[in-house]
Amino acid sequence: MKKQNKRLAFLLIILAGMSLAVWLVLTAFRHNLVFFYSPTQVFEGKAPRHGIFRVGGLVEKGSIKKDGLKTTFTITDLRHSIVVHYKGLLPDLFRAGQGVVVQGQMAAGAPVFFARQVLAKHGANYMPPEVAAELKRSMAAKAQAAES
Amino acid sequence: MRFLHKYGAPKRFYRLAGRLVPWFAAITVLLFVSGLYLGLYWAPPDYQQGDAYRIMFVHVPNAWMSMMTYVIMAAFAATGYVWNVRLADMLAKASAPLGASFTLTALVTGSLWGKPMWGTWWVWDARLTSELVLFFLYIGYMALQASIDDPQRAARASAILAVIGVINIPIIHYSVYWWHTLHQPASLTVTGQPKIYMTMLIPLIVMSIAFLFFYLTMLLVRVRSEILLRERHSDWVRKLVGAAS
Repeated sequence: MKKQNKRLAFLLIILAGMSLAVWLVLTAFRHNLVFFYSPTQVFEGKAPRHGIFRVGGLVEKGSIKKDGLKTTFTITDLRHSIVVHYKGLLPDLFRAGQGVVVQGQMAAGAPVFFARQVLAKHGANYMPPEVAAELKRSMAAKAQAAES
Repeated sequence: MRFLHKYGAPKRFYRLAGRLVPWFAAITVLLFVSGLYLGLYWAPPDYQQGDAYRIMFVHVPNAWMSMMTYVIMAAFAATGYVWNVRLADMLAKASAPLGASFTLTALVTGSLWGKPMWGTWWVWDARLTSELVLFFLYIGYMALQASIDDPQRAARASAILAVIGVINIPIIHYSVYWWHTLHQPASLTVTGQPKIYMTMLIPLIVMSIAFLFFYLTMLLVRVRSEILLRERHSDWVRKLVGAAS
């Protein structure tokens, strides 16, 4: 084999070997790499029962109740939902219908989640306010047309 | 490969780069000025974030460039390693600090945006962590280069590190799809409809090309001084320096 081909083969073998190693590690830690669980996963018992973990989902419309710094709301993945209690400041993007990730733990014996931290998840959409309003209007019109 | 050896001669490339630098610098300035104008004045505010989203015009290009620079750097390093092209070694070495600064800027601007929007400066989700790993890869590459005195041996050792690090690039890119992350998925994909409104997309693209030209300009400047340093004992550099003084 030519020297250059040898070196090329050496690099490729190293790259392939390391890729395999990384792939195995990532597969092994697959569940630990999850930043948050969905309410359905919590419902199915896939999230830790004791101890701190994160749940992510949408803030259900009309579920937000505020009492001073205390906020109660429901997060949902449209299949299951969890009631969340939180005391503290909320991020700017926190609102009904928005994706959020809350960190905390389940209350003992009740399907209630006590959050220590609430993080808002931002979507991939960027548009001017007028366009967003227009989009909302046309969606509403479509929904109406579908109903009638 | 003979082509590479002929046009990759450091002396020839030094002159070529010297002629290109002013043009690239001018294009960079022009793009930055128009990109910042478009991004900060012309583009409308966002429906959810108001004006705070404008940090995207710096954050996103830097994040893209942090990954692109790494791939370019690793490709140069591999070329130098396999075919013994000295110029490729130098281009790889000159790319590393630029890539590291793109990565750091992406991390810092992302953090500044994260505090008001997400409610936190930092989370250990897959996207943020893999981007931080990229920063350490650049730092490790630079440290390895610096720790070996002989430039050829330094290039060989660090080339292996650079090539192994390429594994991290698809991980960064796909992290938002493979795992639940706090970081949002890409707004702009090769195949899909862009999720950014046109008037916001145009400044983003202009700024991205601006950062690309910034990289090219700085790469040429840096590689020119690297050439002078490595060829300092050759006749042509002595003559050049003698003529200048």
